[in-house]
Amino acid sequence: MSATTASPSDATPMAETPMVEARGVHKVFGQGADALHVLRGVDLVVPPGSVTVVLGPSGSGKSTLLRCLNELEQITAGSVHVDGELLGYRHDAQGVLHRLHPHRIAAQRSRIGMVFQRFHLFGHMTALENVAEAPVQVRGLSKAAARERAAELLDRVGLSDRVDHYPAQLSGGQQQRVAIARALAMEPELMLFDEPTSALDPELVGEVLAVMQDLARSGMTMVVVTHEIGFAREVADHVVFMDDGVVVEQGPPGAVLENPTEPRLQEFLAHVL
Amino acid sequence: MTTHVTGSPHTGAPSSDLPAPLRARPVPRPGRWLSAAVLLVLAAMVVHALVTNPNFRWDTVWLYLRDVNVVRGVGWTLVLTFGSMAIAVVLAVLLAIMRRSDNPVMRSVSWAYIWFFRGTPIYTQLVFWGLVSVLYPRLSLGIPFGPEFFVFDTRDVITAFWAALIGLALNEAAYLAEIVRAGLGSVDPGQAEAARALGMKEPRILRRIVLPQAMRVIVPPTGNETISMLKTTSLVVAVPFTLEITYATSAIGTRTFQPIPLLIVAALWYLLITSVLMVGQYYVERYYGRGFDGGATGPRRGAGRRGPGSAGGSGSSGRRAGRLSRQATIRGAGTTKDDPFAEVTP
Repeated sequence: MSATTASPSDATPMAETPMVEARGVHKVFGQGADALHVLRGVDLVVPPGSVTVVLGPSGSGKSTLLRCLNELEQITAGSVHVDGELLGYRHDAQGVLHRLHPHRIAAQRSRIGMVFQRFHLFGHMTALENVAEAPVQVRGLSKAAARERAAELLDRVGLSDRVDHYPAQLSGGQQQRVAIARALAMEPELMLFDEPTSALDPELVGEVLAVMQDLARSGMTMVVVTHEIGFAREVADHVVFMDDGVVVEQGPPGAVLENPTEPRLQEFLAHVL
Repeated sequence: MTTHVTGSPHTGAPSSDLPAPLRARPVPRPGRWLSAAVLLVLAAMVVHALVTNPNFRWDTVWLYLRDVNVVRGVGWTLVLTFGSMAIAVVLAVLLAIMRRSDNPVMRSVSWAYIWFFRGTPIYTQLVFWGLVSVLYPRLSLGIPFGPEFFVFDTRDVITAFWAALIGLALNEAAYLAEIVRAGLGSVDPGQAEAARALGMKEPRILRRIVLPQAMRVIVPPTGNETISMLKTTSLVVAVPFTLEITYATSAIGTRTFQPIPLLIVAALWYLLITSVLMVGQYYVERYYGRGFDGGATGPRRGAGRRGPGSAGGSGSSGRRAGRLSRQATIRGAGTTKDDPFAEVTP
């Protein structure tokens, strides 16, 4: 089910709507002489239910790309569609582009889960409150229902005995698992992971990857920026290698990781493996 | 040459028994004893000099401490303190949010407000609020620069009390706004970003995520400001508002030719209220410090109850539970400054 070629944009309507379709995405930080061209025309297609792993050296733009997929960064040029809906903008009847109201963008984001490298759990709330917060505040769920659902999700990530702990009382791996539960509480159709294990002690990486693997098995569409080549090999349907703001090589993990054609990817894999 | 100082010389498997702590004679500290003795003698001299001096008229102090006009004055002082602080806190949050706004008009207005009210003496401001009915005898509701619908006599609307309250509140808001701004700035931007990624809207992110965590930084200086405000209320004589404790006691002092005992009466009341405020501040700080006190307080109510019953979750939870209480215990001792979870609020 992995997409090896990237041209479903103009494909027949019979084709399944991609969960993510990024076209010619450019991102420039700053202006004038200080401008930094981080993404230089990235195309990315993620079919529903697939796991895409984005690899690349630091500074290659992979985290920026991920942040563009839920409007945490506003793209400079190009377009991002999630589940067929254009992110951040709309075309009117005359085809003129309008920026969306922040409330509309918030609504779009609420369907996309994001897990950060540094967890970013709400420090003043317990694990349960962290998970129950957004369903109450965004979806208008009742507090009781949200807490019940939060308890289920914490159980799913193996933390039913840490429900009433504050983030500061949890290990890094536990915090990251709470963060995953918090994102899942919004019942997203797409989950983005931004180096979810890079801030963890080596012994704690496994527990987070196990939860992510479970999630992938359950059919969640995932885009994962990571340095865990093992995870890419075992779980990914599609591997994307980025360098210097462009996608250098992509394809199924077997092909990309075992028989890389691009010298830059060969060099990268030699360093990482 | 190694010497075993503990009572258990055997090595190998760790024993579950705690070892007997080292027994050693403490370092002699004669200086400590000496300095403590000197301070105690000095303190006794101060107390003696206060209590035995007849000029303080402690009987008069005791008498007027419970005088009805004095107690009423205390009441007015409390109303002014808490009333003005309440208005000031609301204004300050607004000003701080305006300061962080993308809108340059908002930012400039907030900046100018803080510049003006911090930059002029509170006494002068209070005099002006007292004179506002002379400067602007009529107030009206209507369309700006257009027709008026309702017209008031300023003296009826802004009485001495309201002039005092508004004067104190507007001045205090400028100081508090800077405190709130510092508090908002102290919260890791990652917190707002995580909330944004969940689809929360900006006003709600501020109210639910950022402000509660900023309170940890905001509360201690705000407590300080409240205690300061308690004493600043004595300046409302500039309005003039004459019912609060300082004016009430000094009036009695002038009338009875006993200014010193009446000053002491006021001072004792201020001390008492300050003491109560300090206790209150302790509890408010503890509330907003939840989740950030290094885990020394343990998980919140009922956490232990769930533990054993639902052990099926993760296989290694038992081992990790040991590790965690370990971290909490080490940090609870307060001898290491190394915080492994120093993630929030750099």
